[in-house]
Amino acid sequence: MGYLSPIIVLDLVAGSLAIVLVVANKLFAEYEDVTVDVNDGEEEFVVEGGTTLLQAFTQNEIYIPSACGGQGSCGFCTAKVKEGGGPVLPTEEPMLTREELVNDVRLSCQVKVREDMEVEIEEKYLEVEKYDAEVISTEDVTPSIKEILFDLKEPETIDFKAGQYVQVQVPADGDTVDRAYSIASEESVHDKVMLTVQLIEGGLGSTYLHELEEGEKVEFTGPFGDFYVQDTDAKIIGVAGGVGLAPLRSIVFSLLEKGIDREIWLFYGTRTREDLYYHDDLQELADEYENFKYVPALDSSQPEWDGEVGLITEVMDDYLEEGWDMEGYLCGPPPMMEATIDLLTDYGVDEDDILFDDFS
Amino acid sequence: MKYLSILIAAVFAHNIALRYFLGWCPLVSQSKKLSSAWGMGVAVTLVMTITSAINWPVYHYLLVPYGLEYLQYIAFIIVIASTVQVLEMVIERFFPSLYTTMGVFLPLITVNCAILGVSLFMILRDYTLFTGIIYALGSGIGWSVAIISLASIREKLRFADVPKPLQGPGITMLIAGIMAFAFLGFSGMVGIQ
Repeated sequence: MGYLSPIIVLDLVAGSLAIVLVVANKLFAEYEDVTVDVNDGEEEFVVEGGTTLLQAFTQNEIYIPSACGGQGSCGFCTAKVKEGGGPVLPTEEPMLTREELVNDVRLSCQVKVREDMEVEIEEKYLEVEKYDAEVISTEDVTPSIKEILFDLKEPETIDFKAGQYVQVQVPADGDTVDRAYSIASEESVHDKVMLTVQLIEGGLGSTYLHELEEGEKVEFTGPFGDFYVQDTDAKIIGVAGGVGLAPLRSIVFSLLEKGIDREIWLFYGTRTREDLYYHDDLQELADEYENFKYVPALDSSQPEWDGEVGLITEVMDDYLEEGWDMEGYLCGPPPMMEATIDLLTDYGVDEDDILFDDFS
Repeated sequence: MKYLSILIAAVFAHNIALRYFLGWCPLVSQSKKLSSAWGMGVAVTLVMTITSAINWPVYHYLLVPYGLEYLQYIAFIIVIASTVQVLEMVIERFFPSLYTTMGVFLPLITVNCAILGVSLFMILRDYTLFTGIIYALGSGIGWSVAIISLASIREKLRFADVPKPLQGPGITMLIAGIMAFAFLGFSGMVGIQ
């Protein structure tokens, strides 16, 4: 008895407290169903209170971009909350601009749905759909990059602008997290989607996609993103680093296919010759179309390579000329993009005319 | 009269923060804004009062009869942890803005030494249940007085030209130290027993 009493007493204390907690959880932490109104009645749905607004959207097949998977670190999942939602949380403040704060813009992954709400999201997100797709083929295009082709099953077609991305739902611990990948296929291809994925050591999304085999099912949402070619007459200066070629491949192929007569430049930098993918295809296009100039460059010289060598910005400096009317479309590692933005602004390109796809 | 003097003693002469230097982590970190200092003060006072009201019977009716006084630390901490959990649910439900201002500091009250300290002092000084509750309430108010005055001073300090190395926690510790000196003036005014 003497040995047992401490155990019994402690169990008694802990056990009764556990019961109190269970009761409290039942009483306070469970919410009733609430109604969320999207864009003044365009969509309306009922969710169980207590979830985040982003989860409520996803449950009701409204897909807004969220690259970090609801951790509050990417700042993409903004929505205007007109009614309900409570005060702005300290976790949102760093992600929102002063203007957004004044206009009731919130981070939907942080806002909890506790009462009836009225929210507003960009019209285009209501058009975003969730796709069930099946892997048709996979191919290693470089030692670390895989090209994966998906056949769309439900819905069967996709409309997107070259340069946009999709969010692949990657299984993780019984749940899924979203990972963004640019569409590499052409705009004219509506029933298939091609992604090029670089394997990143320990990366959740890339490991999952690299292990996919023919016939496996994948779910993704899209299309998302503002990284597409503006309708002007300026020369298109595409700059890609490594796997960042994916959206630019789509842009180049789609525009040339449409027979556009704007001048298109593609500067493409990688470390070694093996890392240049679609090199032959792009070379062929450059031979075929007069308005397409393809400039691949390696970081350092290599035997059997007679192309450009050096930093992509140094190479660009040799080709670009002062006074050109240009628009920049950049996708690559952040240091490369920063250097390229500096170079292009030096050439007099307005910062608003430089678009970049940040895949870091 | 006895209860009143214990209450006043707990608030001033034996201020848990400025006399015993307990609960300084939230005192320094949550005193940037007066509004969050108020929230924190209210939360600490609530948790202190509720936990000592639970801890007293747990100690006297469960631990003492079986000679298990040595389990008081574990038992008290479990009680405090679950009280904070329940309180967190209630605040999240009914006071969402308070909940968000307090953020991570509400769950952190669980490991706030001032809360455990009050329960232990209550046992150490052989208080009756009611005296214990009065003492805990007084300590909570005392802690709130400390954090609210500190926050008021810090808000005034926002425009002061504080030397760079002292900015933030540095100057806060100095201010709190001076406040502790000031509170020393209350000692001898009323006893705690």
